[in-house]
Amino acid sequence: MTGTATLARPVAELIDVSRVYQMGTNEVRALDGIDCVFRDGDYWSIMGSSGSGKSTMLNLLGCIDRPTHGEYLVDGISVGDLDDDQLSELRGTHIGFIFQSFNLISQLNVLENIMVPLFYLDVPPAEGEARAVELARRVGLDDRLDHRPKELSGGQQQRVAIARSLVNQPSLLLADEATGNLDTATTAEILDLFDELHDEGMTILLVTHEADVGSRTSQTLWLKDGRVDKVLQNR
Amino acid sequence: MFGNNTFLRTFRLGVKSLMLHKLRSMLTTLGMLFGVASVVAMLAIGEGASKEAQDQIKQLGSQNIILRSIKPPEDMVSNQTVRVSVYGLTVADFDRIKATYPWAKSVVPVRMLQQEARVGKRLLNPRVLATTPTYLEATGRVIHEGRFLNDRDEAGFANVCVLGYEVARYLFPFESPVGKRVKLGADYFHVIGTMLPRVPIGSDQPDAGTAVTEEILIPLSTGRLWFGDMQVKIRSGSREMEQVELHEIVLAVDRPESVLVAAAATREMMKRFHKDIDYEVVVPLELLLREEATKRIFKIVLASIAGISLLVGGIGIMNVMLATVTERTREIGVRRALGAKRKHIVMQFLVETVVLSVGGGVLGIGLGLAIPKIVEVYTDMEPVLTVAAPALAFAISVGVGLLFGMYPAWRAANMDPVEALRHE
Ligand SMILES: Nc1ncnc2c1ncn2[C@@H]1O[C@H](COP(=O)(O)OP(=O)(O)OP(=O)(O)O)[C@@H](O)[C@H]1O
Ligand SMILES: [Mg+2]
Repeated sequence: MTGTATLARPVAELIDVSRVYQMGTNEVRALDGIDCVFRDGDYWSIMGSSGSGKSTMLNLLGCIDRPTHGEYLVDGISVGDLDDDQLSELRGTHIGFIFQSFNLISQLNVLENIMVPLFYLDVPPAEGEARAVELARRVGLDDRLDHRPKELSGGQQQRVAIARSLVNQPSLLLADEATGNLDTATTAEILDLFDELHDEGMTILLVTHEADVGSRTSQTLWLKDGRVDKVLQNR
Repeated sequence: MFGNNTFLRTFRLGVKSLMLHKLRSMLTTLGMLFGVASVVAMLAIGEGASKEAQDQIKQLGSQNIILRSIKPPEDMVSNQTVRVSVYGLTVADFDRIKATYPWAKSVVPVRMLQQEARVGKRLLNPRVLATTPTYLEATGRVIHEGRFLNDRDEAGFANVCVLGYEVARYLFPFESPVGKRVKLGADYFHVIGTMLPRVPIGSDQPDAGTAVTEEILIPLSTGRLWFGDMQVKIRSGSREMEQVELHEIVLAVDRPESVLVAAAATREMMKRFHKDIDYEVVVPLELLLREEATKRIFKIVLASIAGISLLVGGIGIMNVMLATVTERTREIGVRRALGAKRKHIVMQFLVETVVLSVGGGVLGIGLGLAIPKIVEVYTDMEPVLTVAAPALAFAISVGVGLLFGMYPAWRAANMDPVEALRHE
C-alpha cells in the first residue's frame, strides 16, 4: 500500500461552513465558506491573525457551536441534525478539549478532574478511575492525584487538562492556544506530549499564533477573515 | 438516567462546592433553619394544646351541660339585721329538665353543703355534695373501694357517704374507711365507699387550686332532710343566710351532636322560669370550641411566621445560588464542553440548593424540637412531639430547595457553552 492510494478515514469534515454573528443590523462573518477535511491520525495547526476565526472554527469542530450555513460531520455524523442533548453526547464521546487557561474545576482534585468527562458517559467508576490513574501516570502526575489545581504549576495543570481530554478516548483532540499561558520550557514539554499522542495515532488540531508551535505539527491551515488562506505541509 | 451512583456523586460534588464557601453556605441556611424550626415548634405546641383541650373536655364531659347557681347582684331579699338570699336552681328546675330530656343519659342534681367532718380527733372542712347515684357516671369518677350511692340510699334517706380519695386518706390514715363512721355536722354517716382521685380541672371548680378530691358525697334526700335548704354564713359580723335548693345540675345528653341544641333550649327554658339571672349554664363543648378558636389563631400566627421565614429563607438561597451560578459560569462552560447535558447541570445546581435547604432544615428540626422543651419549662403547656412534624419539616425543606433552586439551575443549564467558556 502506498500513502497516497488509501486516504485515512475522515474524522471531521467541514462542507462550505459559515458562522455568522448577527450584531444588530450588520453581520460578522467569523467563518465564511470553509471546506476542509481532517483525517484520522492527522496533526494540524490552525493559524491566522487575531480575529481571523480560529476559535470560532475550533468551537464548531468541538460541537459546542453550530454552523449558520453548511454542514459539519464528525465521524460521519452531521451535527446539524442533532438536538442539544445529542450534541452534548457527541462531545462527550468523540471530542477532547484543551483550553488556554486550563479550566480545571477548582473544588476537585487531580484524579477527579481527569474523571469529569466520564461522569457524563456512565463509565463505571472503577474502570474510569483506572483509566484516569493510567493517564495521570502518562502525563507524569501520578504522585499528585489528590492535589487541588491551585497547588499545581501552570504546566502541571495543563497536563492534567490533557489527561482529562483523553479520558473519554476521543477521536478528535482540540486545543485552543494550549501553550499560550506557558513559558518556553513548559511549552516544549506539552508539545512533546502532543508528538507522542500523534505517534500513537491520535487526531490533533491545535489553534496557535506561535510560529514554532505551528511548525511542530504536520500541516498548518491558515485562516484570514474567516476563509482558508493557505494550507502548508510542515514536514 | 441517574443511577444511585450518579446521584451520590452529584451529592458529593454539591457538598464540595458548598464547602468552598463555608461561611456563605452557613449563613444561607439560617433562613431555612428558623422557618423549619417554627414549623416543628408550631406542630408540637399545637398538638400539645389540642391534646390538653381534649383531656380537659374529657374531664368536664363533652356531652354535659352544667347548670350552676350563682348569687345575683345585691340585693334581692334583704333585712337590716339578717339577710336571707333566696336564689339559684330549684328542684323544680331539675324536674323540668328531666321531663324535657327523657332520653338524656343522666340528669344529676348536686347540693353543696358546708359541714365539718370528724373522725375522732381528726377534723376536716370538706365540700359535702348531696347528689344522686347518677353522679358517678355523669362525672366519670371511679370507685376505689366499696360502692357508690344507690337508689335505695336515696329513697331511704340513708345516712351513708362516699369519701373522696384525699378525705379518706386524711380521716382514716391507717385503715380502710369502708364500714366506719364519719360525723358530718351533728350526725353520723356510714362510709360505704371511696373514690379514686382525679386531676383538678381548674375552671369549673369553685375552689380551684385546692384538691378537688376533698369531698364527701351523701344522698340528696339525706342532705335535704338533715341540713335543709338554708345555709348560714357568718361574714364580718353580719350573719348571711342563703337559701339554695340545688347548686348544680349536670345534664348529660345522649349524643355529642345534640349538646349545642340542648344547651340553647335549656338556656331558653331557664330564662322563662327565672326572673333573675341566678344561674349560669356552662357547656364544656362550647368552652372547648372557643378555646380551639383561640388556639387556631395562635397556630395561624405561628404558621405565618414559619411561612414567611421559609419564603425569606428560600429567596436567600435562590439569591446565593444565582450568584454561585454566575461565579461558576466558566465551570458550567467547561462541563458542557466535556459532554454534560443540560439535565446534568440542572441536577448539579438543584442538588446543591437542596443540600443547602435541607442542611438548614435539619438544623431547624433540632431547634424546633428544643423550643417546645423550653416552652414546657416556662409555661404549663405540654407540647407533644410527633414523628410527623420532623418528617413534614424535612419534606418542606426539600420542597423549598427544589422550588427556589429551579430558576438558578435553569439559568445555568441554558447558558451558551461558548459564551460560558469566554466568561472571565
Ligand atoms: N459571540 C460573538 N459575537 C459576535 N462576534 C463574535 C463573537 N465571537 C467571535 N466574534 C467575531 O468573530 C470573529 C472571529 O473571532 P475568533 O474568536 O474566532 O477569532 P480568533 O481567530 O480566535 O482570534 P484570537 O487570535 O484573538 O483568539 C471576530 O471578528 C470576532 O469579533
Ligand atoms: Mg481565539
